[in-house]
Amino acid sequence: MINKTVSNVQEACQGIKDSMTFMLGGFGLSGIPENLIAELVRLNVKDVTCISNNAGVDGFGLGQLLQKKQIRKMISSYVGENAEFERQMLSGELDVELIPQGTLAQRCQAAQSGIPAFYTPAGYGTEVAEGKESREFNGKMHLLEKAFNADFSFVKAWKGDDAGNLVFKGSARNFNPNMCGAAKITVAEVEELVPVGTLDPNHIHIPGIFIQRIFQGENYEKRIEQLTVRKRN
Amino acid sequence: MALSKEQIAQRIAKEVKDGYYVNLGIGIPTLVANFVQNDIEVDFQSENGVLGMGPFPFEGEEDPDLINAGKQTITTLPGASFFDSAMSFSMIRGQHVNLTILGAMEVSQNGDIANWKIPGKMVKGMGGAMDLVASAENIIVAMMHTNRAGESKLLKNCSLPLTGVNCVKKIVSNLAVLEVINNSFKLIERAPGVSVEEIKTATEGNLIIEGDIPEMKF
Repeated sequence: MINKTVSNVQEACQGIKDSMTFMLGGFGLSGIPENLIAELVRLNVKDVTCISNNAGVDGFGLGQLLQKKQIRKMISSYVGENAEFERQMLSGELDVELIPQGTLAQRCQAAQSGIPAFYTPAGYGTEVAEGKESREFNGKMHLLEKAFNADFSFVKAWKGDDAGNLVFKGSARNFNPNMCGAAKITVAEVEELVPVGTLDPNHIHIPGIFIQRIFQGENYEKRIEQLTVRKRN
Repeated sequence: MALSKEQIAQRIAKEVKDGYYVNLGIGIPTLVANFVQNDIEVDFQSENGVLGMGPFPFEGEEDPDLINAGKQTITTLPGASFFDSAMSFSMIRGQHVNLTILGAMEVSQNGDIANWKIPGKMVKGMGGAMDLVASAENIIVAMMHTNRAGESKLLKNCSLPLTGVNCVKKIVSNLAVLEVINNSFKLIERAPGVSVEEIKTATEGNLIIEGDIPEMKF
């Protein structure tokens, strides 16, 4: 088995430079690569482009990179929970490309799969369609959307093994599997790194072939954005 | 009396049929789950990767790895499943989800919808709304008939940036149930105690009124 394990987050981030394009898994704050984001803050890389469904909240997740003005461009579907983000966007400091969520997922998936572009009906007739090729299939209009081209993909899984095989938990799965193997180098952080042979091959969500580096994450905060509960009777 | 948000949700719940897979948007649509009849089987899909969503967790049982598309903590029901975002939108674009219920800032008489952006004011993003409205066979919009200034939100043409074109089939507002047909809003039902005249005044787009318009029943 090819061993993908690196000893820590510093080793996992070797080769990261200014002006690169990163993909980051997560939906809201659920399933975000907390250790890798913290390391990007520490490395203080600048002028980066981030492809991520959301942009974190003030002071957590990608909000930490925004605070230090490390991000030049965000490609996201929804950025509603972040005042600093809004300020930078409205002042023009931050370049923002908002795209439909399904298109975002499929542009990751296409990059993973070696499909350069695909047609989708999402966004036809809206400002998302500006400058894009459109075409009719089965009586319905579609837009041509292209696969992403990123330098690093940062994903977070629940469990992983030394071969890079990954298992996700609950809705923390979200964009993480689609981003595996969708950039030149995919780095996975996991809550629990186990020896090869421990995970049942039937239960692996992402095979290790898509992963270049894997490491055991530490001190997960796993913040909840909207705590909603019901009272016990 | 114009309907409350809960009553709009309650009326929409009558459109949810046995065997449906349903995607609920944020806001009033989320409330629809509370009013679906107990004797039918319905599965709720959340586009962040959950099918078979259950109620909110009991205090202390919340799990940060289990949220809905509004980032609220949730639970799952027996038979639920998790999946990635690409598969989630395969369910949506592939029309495996039977019904989409979402909110709107404006709807036009040809079925265009605007609900994601107010230029210069609110730019949060479209999330999954553009994928949902471009693909769903059956879209119901839950909305207020007029804005706070009393101006109609059911228009000849949307003034805000569009989310999708020619896609809305049915609207349940605080005043009425309407269908979008022949480049017009066709009045189907009135909110209890709301007159046809009031609905006419509150609707800027073409309004088709045929025969007696019944009051909604709950």
